Amino acid sequence: MSIERVLPSPNSLEAAADPSFETSTVALGADRIVVNLGPQHPSTHGVFRLVLTLEGETIVDAESVMGYLHRGTEKIMEEGTYIQNVTLTDRLDYLAGMSNNWAYSLAVENMAGIKVPERGEYIRVLFAELMRYASHCVAIGTFGADVGTFFTPLLYTFREREAIMDLFELACGARMTFTFIRPGGAALELPEEFYPACQRLLDDLPRKVDEYEELLTNNEIFVNRTKNVGVLPPEDGIAYAISGPVLRASGVNYDVRRAHPYGAYPEFDFDVVTRPEGDAYARYLVRIGEMRQSIGLAKQALEKVMKTKGASSAKLSPFFRPDPGEGFSRIESPRGELGFYVVSDGSIAPYRAHCRPPSFINIGPLAKMLTGWKVADVIVILGSIDIVLGEVDR
Amino acid sequence: MTDASPLSAEQIHERLAGRFRNLSFVPARAGVIASTIVPADQLVALCQMLRDDQALRFDYPADILGVDYLDYFEVVYQLRSFTHGHDVTIKCRTDREDAVLPSVTSIWPGADFQEREVFDMYGVTFTGHPNMTRILLWDEFEGYPLRKDFGIPAPMPAELELGVSYEH
Repeated sequence: MSIERVLPSPNSLEAAADPSFETSTVALGADRIVVNLGPQHPSTHGVFRLVLTLEGETIVDAESVMGYLHRGTEKIMEEGTYIQNVTLTDRLDYLAGMSNNWAYSLAVENMAGIKVPERGEYIRVLFAELMRYASHCVAIGTFGADVGTFFTPLLYTFREREAIMDLFELACGARMTFTFIRPGGAALELPEEFYPACQRLLDDLPRKVDEYEELLTNNEIFVNRTKNVGVLPPEDGIAYAISGPVLRASGVNYDVRRAHPYGAYPEFDFDVVTRPEGDAYARYLVRIGEMRQSIGLAKQALEKVMKTKGASSAKLSPFFRPDPGEGFSRIESPRGELGFYVVSDGSIAPYRAHCRPPSFINIGPLAKMLTGWKVADVIVILGSIDIVLGEVDR
Repeated sequence: MTDASPLSAEQIHERLAGRFRNLSFVPARAGVIASTIVPADQLVALCQMLRDDQALRFDYPADILGVDYLDYFEVVYQLRSFTHGHDVTIKCRTDREDAVLPSVTSIWPGADFQEREVFDMYGVTFTGHPNMTRILLWDEFEGYPLRKDFGIPAPMPAELELGVSYEH
């Protein structure tokens, strides 16, 4: 049976102004209705819109509509200097600013052949892993809220996220928009108070992960709503270029830190967490596992940072002009493979800077994942992918 | 993944050049990524070979992006193989006036959103794409913002201008 579209394209301003859309349900045929989810909806984790076609309660088609948060970052980057542009990357995936800083800096370094001092590399690993922990805190907390555990897990996870934000604030003065990792290394020397505070937090964190697990892992509501829901077969995940915890929860052992090591990761000891099931629950378990791995990595990194003396950054002029050329990077951000592609024409600003955002590409198979599931599962499946709209829309 | 045998960019290019003419290879050096430049009319057949050839098996369309080089648009395909663990950069150029390239969505469904983004930002039309519409901007938007001649600030459509005056 084919669906006859009686609506204009959902990406159109005219469609948005159409009063029939505001009522959010439009009759299509005998028993098919179109339901508009978002863009202002708490469970879309930002301003993401889904146009669902339903047959009764079952989803037969879904269309992702995005761009509500599009700020033209890639265009603005062509106007700023290489160092200024780091500030824009914070605002892409705003839950993982450090990872974005690093991905962009790495692309510039690869292009211009800048060598980062050893200490700088260790500081990067330390901050990126703390960032991953904090970002997974949000992912798990809001996922719990989406599924119906209300706000208890969210408050627990935000407690530790806030502690990590405080640490970052101690190091660079900002909670979320750090611009701390810059081409060349890390922007600032760490203050003395940082080390004991970080040590204390890292000693504390494993117990906190146990707390989240006590709340969620065997929680009957949580398990019933997530187990076997939204299964993504590994071959689909690969064909759609999915990455991060979503792909690893489908049993694919792909982690950029292991597959294409960057920075100081080859010196570190960690496991790539995978699950074979491919459902929403497996994605949650992968994130929990990665939080534990991140604590271990951060502990190793802190030790190395404390042991390594010397500069944490290569000296780089604010107006530095790399030779004409191109460079790309890829790193494992909390959401998956994050990459930048930078082209230089020899001036102080990039000729082109492109971001490969994991969230944007991870929602590619969403329509396929939703088809056949009930309306109530939409939120669970979307929540389990963990998208950040700042990164989807750029 | 026991039979993994990663190839270098040169070896991949040689294997492709055995079947396709008019390919050119840019070797890696400081500030340049090793890449194979392919004519538009061979793109789909070449991508088919990249995916299906036993020794290549590029199954992961990691990144598709556009660059405006003023004389032409270049679309860069960064592909990866999970079977062999190697990767390749394919570049394809198209005329600025008549920017059309064949779509590779039939080979990798993951190319869908990425090609739509290139269309949205550069106006490169991908023929054979199931839904060649704007993805980040709205349908009525005029122009293609990442083209070098687009300029900043972008023109704001009249219906989006707020009827608010900031003068007291």
